[in-house]
Parts: sequence; C-alpha cells; structure tokens
Amino acid sequence: MISAVIRFPGSNRDRDMISALGKIGGNAPLEIWHTETNFPACDLIVIPGGFSYGDYLRSGAIAARSPVMREIAIRAKQGVRVLGVCNGFQTLTEAGMLPGALMRNAGLRFVCKQVKLKVENNTSPFTSRYQKGEVIPCPVAHHDGNYFADPITLKTLEDGGQVAFRYADGTNPNGSINDIAGITNEAGNVLGMMPHPENLIEADHGADAGRRLFEGALDTLESEAA
Amino acid sequence: MIKARITVTLKNGVLDPQGKAIEGGLASLGFEGVDSVRQGKVFDVELNSTDKDKAEADLATMCEKLLANTVIENYAVEIIT
Repeated sequence: MISAVIRFPGSNRDRDMISALGKIGGNAPLEIWHTETNFPACDLIVIPGGFSYGDYLRSGAIAARSPVMREIAIRAKQGVRVLGVCNGFQTLTEAGMLPGALMRNAGLRFVCKQVKLKVENNTSPFTSRYQKGEVIPCPVAHHDGNYFADPITLKTLEDGGQVAFRYADGTNPNGSINDIAGITNEAGNVLGMMPHPENLIEADHGADAGRRLFEGALDTLESEAA
Repeated sequence: MIKARITVTLKNGVLDPQGKAIEGGLASLGFEGVDSVRQGKVFDVELNSTDKDKAEADLATMCEKLLANTVIENYAVEIIT
C-alpha cells in the first residue's frame, strides 16, 4: 500500500511517523506539503502530530482550512484511509471530518507520559489487529487533548461503535469525556487519536503495541506482522 | 471602512479549565464574591467596505468557517463604525 504523510508548518512528529510507516509498510511514505492538492493516489493518508501554524486561534484550526485538507476530505469520502494523531486529530475535528472538539487539558498542563488504552472497537482497518477490550500502553504528549462532544453526538458515537480507543485504568490524562482517546468516522476509514502509536513500534520504545495499528491500516500480511 | 468586533465565548455546559484557573487567580488576589469566570476571544476586524448588511453577513460567515468552533463556541458580531 502507498501511504502519505502531510506536513504543515509546525508539524514535528512527521519524522517519527515517516519512520514508522517505512519500517512497518516496507516502503517510504510520500511526503506531502500542505499547499499541495494534486498528489499521487495513496491508500493511507496520515496527519502527524505537532503544532501546525503554532496552534494559533485553536489547535489544528488553520491547518484544517489549508488546501491539502480539502483534497483529503474528498479522498476520505472515496474510502481512502485517513489517520490523524494528536495535532492530526485536532485538525480532523476542526475540518469537520470527525465530530466533537479537543479542548485544553482539564489539568491545564501539557501531559507527556504513558497511558493505557482500551481497544473499544476492532472493526475499523486501524484496530482490526487488536482484540476488542484489549488494553495496551501508549504514550501521549499534548496540551489540548480534552475531547468534548455534545450529548447527542456522544450518544451517536457510542451507539455506533465509533469510539476506537478509551483511556483505561484511570489513566485519562486530560479530562476527555467518556475517557475517549480516539474515534472513527461512521464509515470507519478515518481515525483520530491523541496518543502516539508511531512511538510504540519497536523494543527500544518499551513496547511495540502500536505496530498493529499500522499493520491494520496498511493491510500488511500476518506473516510480515509476526 | 467598517470596524467590527467579534466576541467568541464558550457555550454553556462546556467546561472551561482556563476560566477556572483565572477564577483561582482572582481569589488569590483577594477578590471575594467572584462566582465564575469564563474565558473567551475578541477579534477586531476592519473591512474595506461601506455596506453594513453585507459586512454583517460576511463576518457571520467568517465566524462559522474559522473564527469560532461552533461545536463548543458561540459568537456575536458587533459593527462599531
């Protein structure tokens, strides 16, 4: 599969993401600057973490209105897989591609630590390599990760199985409603999450539970995944 | 030229941890009787136009599309001059 990583001014987890996609997918992802709209067809588009446009106005707000995002919205509707991590998740909500909003952490502090994630839904491509209910460790690093949605939207997400990951065992680091750490769109081909699976792919990271997210998203063969 | 002020505030029911921290700051300074503080944003916008109706409509569109996140925020547009 062909993957692509989008770069905005202020992206800073793009290199980690490029490295993870290359190591797991077997070929280097395309690197796409935010002004491009005419980039080659790809199967997976990743919006990495960082502080796009300095997070001016609201985190991800300016990035969400950039030319490349209009193209990504079109491709997502056609079924292309889209993953937004951290600032990428904020950008996807700001672009209206995922419901809700990410607000300032309830404790007001930037949090950089390891949390536990419970896999709530393993029917999306991103979560298909996990067991439902499985708990994995995962690092987070953010200031605005406090997920909020109005009660009707929240019910739709919960009833529709769109909550992909939830903070588990009392590790909610930011006050997110219903302990939500990651959600998909209705079709399941767009995932946004605050934690960083790209920083959890090899022994040196302390665990490699993030690999399976990319293996699912990239449809690598089980034999390669071993 | 038209000068306008846009005020963006958090919707009722949306928690405002920053407002809470400011509330604590005021209490630390000895201000008593502050029931609540909610933080918002103000944008002063100057438009190269004299058509106030169009300006109001344009400013509302700007709020809907960028200046406010209507999932969590309300906005108010005020034409000043």
